[in-house]
Amino acid sequence: MKLIFEQSVRGRQGFKLPDSDVPVTAVIAGKYLRQAELLLPEVSELDVVRHFTRLSRLNFSLDANFYPLGSCTMKYNPKFTEKAAAMPGFADLHPLLPQLKGGERYVQGALEVLYDTERWLSEITGMKAFTLQPLAGAHGELTGIMLMAAYHKARGNKKKHIIVPDSAHGTNPASAAVAGYQIISVASDKKGGIDIEKLKAVLTVETAGLMMTCPDTHGVFNSSIGEISRLVHAVDGLMYYDGANLNATLGRCRPGDVGFDLVHLNLHKTFGTPHGGGGPGAGPVGVMGKLEKFLPVSRVVKRPDGLFYLDYGHPDSIGYIASFYGNFAIILRAYAYMLLLGGDGLKETSDHAVLNANYLMHRLKNNYPVAFDRICMHECLFSATKHAARGVHAIDIAKFLIDQGIHPPTVYFPLTVKEAIMVEPTETESRETLDFFVDAMIRADALARTDPAAFHDFPRTMPISRPDETRAAREMNVNFFASRA
Amino acid sequence: MDIIEHYLYTKEHEWINIEDGVGTVGITEYAQSALGDITFVDLPHTDVEVEQFEQLTSVESVKSASDIFSPMSGRIIDVNDKLADDPGLINRSCSDKGWIVKIEVSDMDESSNLLTAEEYGSYLESLDRNGGVDTDE
Amino acid sequence: MNPYIANTEQDVQTMLGVIGVDSIDALFADIRPEHAPRSFDLPAGLSEFEVIERLRRLASKNTGALIPFIGGGYYDHYVPAACGAIMSRGEFYTAYTPYQPECSQGTLQALFEYQSGICALTGMDVANASLYDGGTALYEAMMMALRVTGRKKIVMDGGVSPIYRKLIRSYTHNLHIEFIETPVAHGQTDRACVSALMDKDVAAVIIQNPNFFGVIDDHADIVAQAHASGALVIASVYPVALGLLKTPAEMGVDIVTGEGQSLGLPLNFGGPYLGFMAVRRALIRQMPGRIVGETVDAQGRRCFVNTLQAREQHIRREKATSNICTNAALCAVQASVFMALMGRQGFRQLAQLNFDKAEYARRVLGNIPGVEVKRSSPTFNEFTVYLPRDAADVVEEMILRGFAAGFPLGRYYEGMNNYLLVAVTEKRTKSEIEAYAAALAEVVA
Repeated sequence: MKLIFEQSVRGRQGFKLPDSDVPVTAVIAGKYLRQAELLLPEVSELDVVRHFTRLSRLNFSLDANFYPLGSCTMKYNPKFTEKAAAMPGFADLHPLLPQLKGGERYVQGALEVLYDTERWLSEITGMKAFTLQPLAGAHGELTGIMLMAAYHKARGNKKKHIIVPDSAHGTNPASAAVAGYQIISVASDKKGGIDIEKLKAVLTVETAGLMMTCPDTHGVFNSSIGEISRLVHAVDGLMYYDGANLNATLGRCRPGDVGFDLVHLNLHKTFGTPHGGGGPGAGPVGVMGKLEKFLPVSRVVKRPDGLFYLDYGHPDSIGYIASFYGNFAIILRAYAYMLLLGGDGLKETSDHAVLNANYLMHRLKNNYPVAFDRICMHECLFSATKHAARGVHAIDIAKFLIDQGIHPPTVYFPLTVKEAIMVEPTETESRETLDFFVDAMIRADALARTDPAAFHDFPRTMPISRPDETRAAREMNVNFFASRA
Repeated sequence: MDIIEHYLYTKEHEWINIEDGVGTVGITEYAQSALGDITFVDLPHTDVEVEQFEQLTSVESVKSASDIFSPMSGRIIDVNDKLADDPGLINRSCSDKGWIVKIEVSDMDESSNLLTAEEYGSYLESLDRNGGVDTDE
Repeated sequence: MNPYIANTEQDVQTMLGVIGVDSIDALFADIRPEHAPRSFDLPAGLSEFEVIERLRRLASKNTGALIPFIGGGYYDHYVPAACGAIMSRGEFYTAYTPYQPECSQGTLQALFEYQSGICALTGMDVANASLYDGGTALYEAMMMALRVTGRKKIVMDGGVSPIYRKLIRSYTHNLHIEFIETPVAHGQTDRACVSALMDKDVAAVIIQNPNFFGVIDDHADIVAQAHASGALVIASVYPVALGLLKTPAEMGVDIVTGEGQSLGLPLNFGGPYLGFMAVRRALIRQMPGRIVGETVDAQGRRCFVNTLQAREQHIRREKATSNICTNAALCAVQASVFMALMGRQGFRQLAQLNFDKAEYARRVLGNIPGVEVKRSSPTFNEFTVYLPRDAADVVEEMILRGFAAGFPLGRYYEGMNNYLLVAVTEKRTKSEIEAYAAALAEVVA
């Protein structure tokens, strides 16, 4: 498809601006003016609308396709939350208003949303307090690690490293490294959980903490979580809960009750906010009491008279970690989602997420060996090593699924399992959809036996076939103008 | 597998060919094949001292990045500039034209920490036998 | 009843039968009884229209009626209806990160166009596919400069947003980085001060244009000086101003970041916004965040993929250029729609309108007895006025007259309690500006 820049015709404009109603009183001195031509396209509004509408049709999306990406939790995004986020009383609100003298009076509704969300997330996770400021999951991780550092510094602890299981998301070690810690990776045991003996071997007084998902990226809930917490706490390490998989255990297990000291959540995973094709997200961080005083400022406070205000007066705080109060419009959607479902509804989402995942696992386990043959939580993990031996790799099965109108599951993650295929159906999919997926996977398995070579040119029904990624990385054409200069 | 008799090897799949006190370093067929199409080699600066098994550079393919460690201690005296524009040279000729750096070796005794061609061959066979986590079992 | 779950009681029984357990509870057997929640005390659920009504009531507790003259880096620009219409397409907003390019060409091409648009605005060679927001983008740029130079000292212009500066300080608290903040001189970067600080340890000089006071500058001389001592220059810019102003590329800047809210995003009480970053081509491998690149498919057709992924956390883990994963893709696409709608001429007109209206406001406010407007430093669409008394009090009284009158600088700058930062966008009419001036005259009289 043509780029919008290639549709440009001199003289067109897609938006009508007002004529100026003020006299011209000054001009900008020449030395401050841009010399380069502004190479934006010149197109009509219809050109723009048609272009982006056509582009949108090149995408698979949750609204149109089953999207069982393991660990990413592509659950349905309820439409009414979009309506809520678009309300002018929220969408047009300037973030500096509450920083004006007496300004909190003009944002009471917004502050109430933040306050309630913090309280509910605390109750859901068993934490004492929350900050909603982190702008995505990885940003929440970085915030969490900074909180850990502040805690250790205040206690005079000399901590050097953070322990991360080998099954962890790449953001875990990356976030800990950005915050200045060394990383120690610890291997998983045969059942998919952290290997306790190996954990003991690396735990020292220099351990700042352990970062883990629970259930982990193997789809396994670690029954030894109590013992792991005790071991980490014994060296005054902190237990960090990566909330990527909280959606499996709502109302079934709270991180705060099993020894975690702090958590980050991905609102787009557990609370139904849209992924946006790669953000914006929201990554609130919750802490137990011993970490509360370090939380970023501002904090939302409710006064005895019921009014809300922003409190910046926390001397032990790690400071500002975002410009304002978080991705408010995302938080608002999650708040609306929680209001609608209530406690029982939230628990129900986990029940059905786990039911759906186990159903899929059992229907497919004869065709695709499961990495860990046990009850799974919200996602199940297969390995395509047997298929790979015939020349059909996980990526080939993924591309086959695209032709069936199904977005592929996560492949090659976690790194601990060869030819991994990680399927997370979520609670919002019907049994018919799951069966449709199972049938497609079984057909792929059959085809891999009879005609493995057929896989190499899947997908065949998309606007493009497999792209040459090597060429992209070598040529680095990332700007329309530079690549044509 | 392309193993050259007079080269020495590391378990991280680097090779070194020492001639007149200068070691030419590259990665092995096993490494280039595991990486796939190489898209970038982060060429180090010359005149830099490196320790044995210290990180020398890194090599990227589309979906992976791999650190390259120096097989021996010494001073980097030359880098293969051709790799800047043509990183795929490593894929096409990893044991020869796709060399990465030349090092003025400072301690020949360190070669005892390396694998001979024969030892490296056996090492590769042992890797094939226990190919990591086999989830079929 | 949960409208987002399809399984009926019959489905549940069938599925449990396939799994071979007798209840959903049995699927949670790995959670030991002692690990059960000690409490899960949440309100009962509501129907959709009950939720909407509740949120409507909350929204109405936020003031909607104030005429905004407040900016501080976040502006009341008009968001064209087409932006919202395109963004509400589920094909964009309910997609995931484009990891499978064959079924994600819509997002990928839109992001490629966004990157190209940011390059067009800034004049830089390459841009990434977005970061969270302007503040965190500046932090990422600083981390990038530390990596590129291997140095540990940062010189930061006092005209950089105080919010950004606070944020960067929190992040670098434990990283052993030396920070030096330079004062502003007549509203602009203090040349003598920056010059005296330049040495072989400085990784980067960080500037902002227009700066927090709305003042515009030409930093080419600072760039030359920084480069002479091997330091990089990072500029945080306001994209609307680039419709008129000298580009950071024309000044020789190495890394450009900024807040993209003004490119068609609502104010949203602080987010989501859009951080953009663009750099010289030689720095592309050190740039954090996703990058979309052009290539061809097996049949030779042009297409787009996430590229240079070996820099990123999902591959390089603790050695990645950043921990960033999810960014602000949807906001970037929206910004791309905005840039296309405005286009070459419209974008320039938009910038001109902002400048002209602000200049008019500057003149009108300057005529109020007791109010001083400094005319010496050139500004774009925001400027400071000196009031005869505490600006915070004046703003409070102006709210009662229906105006969000600006941002009192005393909150972030010591000794500036009487200064007010006033922003004027294309949306403010002549009569609003005059009504604002009349109200201000009454309040300060």
